[in-house]
Amino acid sequence: MGIIKARQLVHEYIRRDEEGNVESIQTALNHIDIDVEPGQFIAILGHNGSGKSTLAKHINALLPPTEGTLWVDGKDVSEEANTLAVRQTAGMVFQNPDNQIIASVVEEDVGFGPENIGVPTEEIWKRVENSLKAVGMLKYRMHSPGRLSGGQKQRVAIAGVMAMEPKCIVLDEPTAMLDPNGRKEVLRAAHELNRKKGVTILLITHYMEEVVDADYVYVMDQGELVLQGTPGEIFSQVDVLKEHRLDVPQMTLLADMLKKAGVPIPAGVMTRAELAEAVLRCAGSMSDMSFHGQ
Amino acid sequence: MLRDITLGQYYPADSVIHKLDPRVKLSAAMIYIISLFCCKGIAAFFAATVFLITVIKLSKVPFQFMVKGLKAIVVLMLLTAVFNLFLTPGKPLVSFLIFTITEEGLKNAVFMAVRLTYLILGTSVMTLTTTPNGLTDGLEKSLSPLNKIGVPVHVIAMIMSIALRFIPILIEETDKIMKAQMARGADFETGNLIRKVKNMIPLLVPLFVSAFRRADELAMAMEARCYNGGEGRTKMKPLRYQAKDRIAYLILFGYFAAVIVCRIFLPWPA
Repeated sequence: MGIIKARQLVHEYIRRDEEGNVESIQTALNHIDIDVEPGQFIAILGHNGSGKSTLAKHINALLPPTEGTLWVDGKDVSEEANTLAVRQTAGMVFQNPDNQIIASVVEEDVGFGPENIGVPTEEIWKRVENSLKAVGMLKYRMHSPGRLSGGQKQRVAIAGVMAMEPKCIVLDEPTAMLDPNGRKEVLRAAHELNRKKGVTILLITHYMEEVVDADYVYVMDQGELVLQGTPGEIFSQVDVLKEHRLDVPQMTLLADMLKKAGVPIPAGVMTRAELAEAVLRCAGSMSDMSFHGQ
Repeated sequence: MLRDITLGQYYPADSVIHKLDPRVKLSAAMIYIISLFCCKGIAAFFAATVFLITVIKLSKVPFQFMVKGLKAIVVLMLLTAVFNLFLTPGKPLVSFLIFTITEEGLKNAVFMAVRLTYLILGTSVMTLTTTPNGLTDGLEKSLSPLNKIGVPVHVIAMIMSIALRFIPILIEETDKIMKAQMARGADFETGNLIRKVKNMIPLLVPLFVSAFRRADELAMAMEARCYNGGEGRTKMKPLRYQAKDRIAYLILFGYFAAVIVCRIFLPWPA
């Protein structure tokens, strides 16, 4: 069984008026099925309001499902007795770095999680050091979080989750409030944890560029899973992505436009190098053709 | 203006005072405040001054930094001084119109001003040399007996430490909102008091909204990291008394005894 498994997961936000009558029901998750194997790097893509953050909160048992079941490492999240165990298995990093750092010294913040789950003092120090090292923030351990850049704060937040030694980390739009450099830092840290420590990563984002290196991608729109597959498979369907109001990476878009204009470029081009190679190959064969034509 | 508040700010430095157990510093601040109000006569005030200056020197916090904290209470100090000066009954010294300055009044005014200054300086030494977390840890541990009579000590300590952590963030936010509203023509400077207070509304409303949103997100982040109250929690930095803490307690009691002795035997000018 995978580390995260959802079957027919439904979540409805119910708004009630003052008398408690139902005013409106908004379906944030509509019969979602997801399977994540341990050690994978999964990306969940979606526009604002697509339900992706709601899904993330289910994985951390912060929201209970309205219908359906979600298992995290074999434990049903809707059972209250499992809540703490689920939160220990699946850590979560949120969007705003300022609102998730609790302590006023970096190392104390990283120690907050282990303190909560009752790890002995010496072990906390060991974990704090290891997780700060893993995200490359060890030399800032005595700093005040207020003086760090956005990317650094977010890496501290990741270290704070790492110190609880979860099997899986859910990153809920961790880069949405960062500048391009900070974004790169955070993504690099996430990929490194995935590669070196074998932590399963669920990256929730609306930046298409960030999903290029994922193992598997889910695309959500208005509470439904609309596409899933490897990044290559996803990006070969430019029109479908546009339909769901998602920006395609520039290189993919350019490749798609070239293809539509009649240049024989393969689908699913994602990086500049791939596109350059494809274009050169085409240029080679085309110049051959035109040469022979004359 | 907002940045001048030194209360609750930590000044990082490597000093003996910084390394003391927060509980020592908490009780030192308490005892110092009590001693200030036990002071009577120049000798006792001299002891208080020597103690304060020694501690400030040892703490390696620049003196200017501490004085900044005094700015906030200048008005309060002037007010108490004026009231003491004119309203204390006793032997008249100078008298003009309806005001009379008495000998006792003058003495009270001076001593009160000194007391308030020392009080602020003394407590700022404590907050400047102790990390907010250390402070709340110290408080939590010293107050933990109250847990037995149902006082949620851990919760109070956690609230305090989060409040302290968010002071700079909210100050920055206030600054930002202020500038944004000023760019749209809001006026925070002119007009009488009532107008000024009214003009604060476009500042306070967004500030409160964002503070509540922050609180909500922070609560969720804490829950996500398995926080569920003080039970079963371990400490990354548990508090343990060491030799230097015991010495500090001895010095503290020595000082307090000196003040009491001065009060009893040298209460001039009483």
